[in-house]
Amino acid sequence: MNRTKYWTWHMAAGVVLLFLLGLHMLIMHMVGTAHWFAPYGTEPDSLQNSLFRDGKLFFTVTYILLLGVALYHGLYGLRTILFELTLKPAFEETITVVLLVVGLGLFGLGTWAAVAAHGIALAGARG
Amino acid sequence: MPGISNAARLITFHVTRYNPETDGAPYLKTYAVPVREGMTVLEGLHYIKDNLDSTLAWRYSCRMGICGSCGMFLNGRPGLACNTQILHIADANLTVAPLPNFEIIRDLVPDLWTMFDKHRSIKPYILRINEAEINDPAGEFYQSPQQLESYLQFTYCIKCGCCMAACPTLATDARYLGPMPLTAAQRYNADTRDEGRRERNALTGTSTGVFRCHYAGECSRACPKGVDPARALQLLKRRLVLDYLHLARRIKRCEKLHGPGQGKLLPDIAAAPKGTVG
Repeated sequence: MNRTKYWTWHMAAGVVLLFLLGLHMLIMHMVGTAHWFAPYGTEPDSLQNSLFRDGKLFFTVTYILLLGVALYHGLYGLRTILFELTLKPAFEETITVVLLVVGLGLFGLGTWAAVAAHGIALAGARG
Repeated sequence: MPGISNAARLITFHVTRYNPETDGAPYLKTYAVPVREGMTVLEGLHYIKDNLDSTLAWRYSCRMGICGSCGMFLNGRPGLACNTQILHIADANLTVAPLPNFEIIRDLVPDLWTMFDKHRSIKPYILRINEAEINDPAGEFYQSPQQLESYLQFTYCIKCGCCMAACPTLATDARYLGPMPLTAAQRYNADTRDEGRRERNALTGTSTGVFRCHYAGECSRACPKGVDPARALQLLKRRLVLDYLHLARRIKRCEKLHGPGQGKLLPDIAAAPKGTVG
């Protein structure tokens, strides 16, 4: 039943990822909508616009969510591909542990970065 | 399909031969077989055995596509030897090999125990919570035609192993349960008389279970009985996910209607005619 659980979350993460990537396109690449999230000039990824978004709690939460689902979806997908090689059970367990550690490490690092950027943006806004 | 005429014509059978006691590896041996319209591969093999080489071994029983014994690899496709006419698949040459994904016992005889072991493991029979009901099934269970329809096609499986031989996932991972046992699991899970779905989920939802399937669909193409194992596996996956999310629609399980001889006829069913014997 474990595989059912992981597979279900893999699918759910894929759907969330699709939605968040759509949001990413709206913010960064669509001329008609980019200005909603980038009020300073025409470059959505300029420092001012980035700080503008980083200061909003919605974006901080969204970044962390995007990071989480992307890491889970990607690493579980990678694990599935590696398991196609019909490895020995001990090796499969090792791969699972390594991917889990890598995933949690990257998630922790990314979350720290998003939270730190949020703090910096708020501090900057206060002057 | 090549043109078919009534005149006998020679077809060269390229048959895999292998005796594990004397041969290092399987090898091909050719036989020229006079073939007439309508002649099956099984008949061709009988011709070889009777006239050309009495040492050839294969497995068969019913000769009419029911027992599932004569599954073979015919011109690169799994199929039943008794159910396949030679001139439907061969113009001049016919390759006959044992089913892939199984060990060879001898010549065209595959060792199917791995398949039947996996089949047994998913408990391919009606499971009831009340064990006394299984041991002493005195009574009938009502099942509507619609309920029967939900699993009927999966009951047509004859366990010939053709789907297992066609499965590319099984070819790379022998631990995978494979289409036949998983289809059997779906067959019993969907049966309203059964109450063992969650017990089977513990096996079908593992890493060697239904999520190992890549949906190549070869099993459904190979099945000589028209069963659609690929569909069964998708239904099984859906049910596993819904069970995990606690979103599965509750299916009212069959209730025991009555004991033997205690049933009442429905008003629109005519009475049985009187017995003519005894």
